[in-house]
Amino acid sequence: MTAPLLQIHGLHKAYVLDGVTIQALRDIDLNVEPGEFVAIMGPSGSGKSTLMHILGCLDVPDTGSYQLNGQDITRMDGNQLAALRNREIGFVFQNFNLLPRTSALENVETPLIYAGIGKAERRQKARAALERMALGERLYHLPNQLSGGQAQRVAIARALVTHPSLLLADEPTGNVDTATSAEIMALLDALNRQEGLTIVLITHEQEVAGHARRRLLLRDGRLELQT
Amino acid sequence: MNLTTALQLALRALWRNKTRAMLTTLGVVIGVGSVIAMLGIGSGAQQRIADQLASMGTNSLVVRPGSVTRGGVRTGAGGITSLTRADADAIAELPDVVAVAPSVRTTAQVRYRGTNWGTAIEGVTPDYVTVRSWQLAEGEFFTRRHILGASHVCVLGQTVARELFGLRSPLDESIVIKGLSCRVIGVLTEKGATAWGSDQDDAIFAPITTVQRKLEGITHIERIELVASDREASFRLIKEIKRLLRQRHRLREGQPDDFRMHNRAELAETSEESARVFTWLLGSIASVSLLVGGIGIMNIMLVSVTERTHEIGIRMALGARQRDILWQFLLEALVLSTAGGVLGIFLGLGGALAVARFSALPVTVTPVSVLVAFLFAGLVGVFFGLHPARKASQLRPIEALRYE
Repeated sequence: MTAPLLQIHGLHKAYVLDGVTIQALRDIDLNVEPGEFVAIMGPSGSGKSTLMHILGCLDVPDTGSYQLNGQDITRMDGNQLAALRNREIGFVFQNFNLLPRTSALENVETPLIYAGIGKAERRQKARAALERMALGERLYHLPNQLSGGQAQRVAIARALVTHPSLLLADEPTGNVDTATSAEIMALLDALNRQEGLTIVLITHEQEVAGHARRRLLLRDGRLELQT
Repeated sequence: MNLTTALQLALRALWRNKTRAMLTTLGVVIGVGSVIAMLGIGSGAQQRIADQLASMGTNSLVVRPGSVTRGGVRTGAGGITSLTRADADAIAELPDVVAVAPSVRTTAQVRYRGTNWGTAIEGVTPDYVTVRSWQLAEGEFFTRRHILGASHVCVLGQTVARELFGLRSPLDESIVIKGLSCRVIGVLTEKGATAWGSDQDDAIFAPITTVQRKLEGITHIERIELVASDREASFRLIKEIKRLLRQRHRLREGQPDDFRMHNRAELAETSEESARVFTWLLGSIASVSLLVGGIGIMNIMLVSVTERTHEIGIRMALGARQRDILWQFLLEALVLSTAGGVLGIFLGLGGALAVARFSALPVTVTPVSVLVAFLFAGLVGVFFGLHPARKASQLRPIEALRYE
């Protein structure tokens, strides 16, 4: 039996907003095996974003343990977390989060820069990643010259160019129309099925979550229901 | 991330905001330019003062007769006749004395054929031209033989030559000084005005003996100029000459000196000091503008960090470490300031040339001042870039990412 890729136990996270302490996550237990496609659902204010930040190593839990690919992130400092994000995690965001006024190619190259990869290899890998997303004709387009679907595919290319062990998608279809939404979900499906990419998807749309093979419900900071 | 990549990122980021980058750089351009131009003007002034002092002879001392009190009446300086050529000869024996020139001076109406000119008559010795570091334009200066013979010869200053002879050569012509006919054997080069405005070229030079005996009927001298081997020696010689003259003039303890001494080196040091202060003053005024340019950089970098907070968040999510962000912003500031430094050097050189061209001020731009201004610009970049860069690098990833 392989070890879980993602192993969370007894995780708590609280933050203070305007002097009020908010218990965002309470006693979360979650294991994700390699190759899984998991959807985490929940209404707004349920703690989805906080969980996403912690899963993505952008933030650390107050208590509890979190191991990603065998590495204990609660013991890491800022630089180690940055290296871990670069190596293990690919992000796909609701609003794409492409670097503004920067070409598709340069956007996809950016994580490779921080991985310390040389210019020629960077170029070649970024180009290949974009071509896989059927964006070979859009290498030098700026984000504002791309449609929503194209922009999200650039973001997916950028997320995958480092060959991460986990793709973390936060409402990836929140800013696109229904047709594009279906296209993106089909793409994620294919990546999961054909290449065994582990995906954790955060969404509030039932239909989008339907693509995942396991669905979890987050309510008031607790993972309540696993279907 | 290596330096080349970081530099490329910084350049690309600046390129996206060309106008802003150029305007920010302009502050440093003007700062560096004015530092270089101002230091150039300052050192030009310093150079001119040094030249003027050199033409006066900076290591020179002047001994003049002092005043004397007779029955309660104090004559002015030069009121006594105790100073003699023997004193001058004794001073010439002192160590570190390079040349000694005793002189007497009178004024006269000089005639040449139909014209006449009122001027100073200086009775001097052959060493005079050495002491004053003065060259001859034509002919020659008189020799020891002319002194011994109290010969009727003279050498003209440029002004006198021009007034009496116009464009013709005065050589071997005879002019009449107080009824004495003197043959012109030389003309001195143009020396210009003294620092206090009197025309040094408006004088006629004759053997000291000729002036003493045949024009004035005196035996004393009115002035001894001497050159010391260097500036330190000139200060030391003041004390030695004082002791020597007191002894020669048999002055008792408590009796006042019957001579006065001036040290040109003192004047030189004062002038040079004030020129240095002037340069520093101009330089520091100009560096204020460089400082303002630096504050401009900090201002723009702070705006840029705020504007690009979301971008910083994305970069952090993609794996940028604190030092990657720090370097990116610091390099942007450095690129702005060094580009400003390079352009400022050209502006400064151009400004200095323009000042030199349109005012009569001499301007000397030294490589040192260029280097200092450029390094200072770089330092300004680091100093004013560091704060915004640190601010950017210490953003928390989720807050930066959430920032819109």
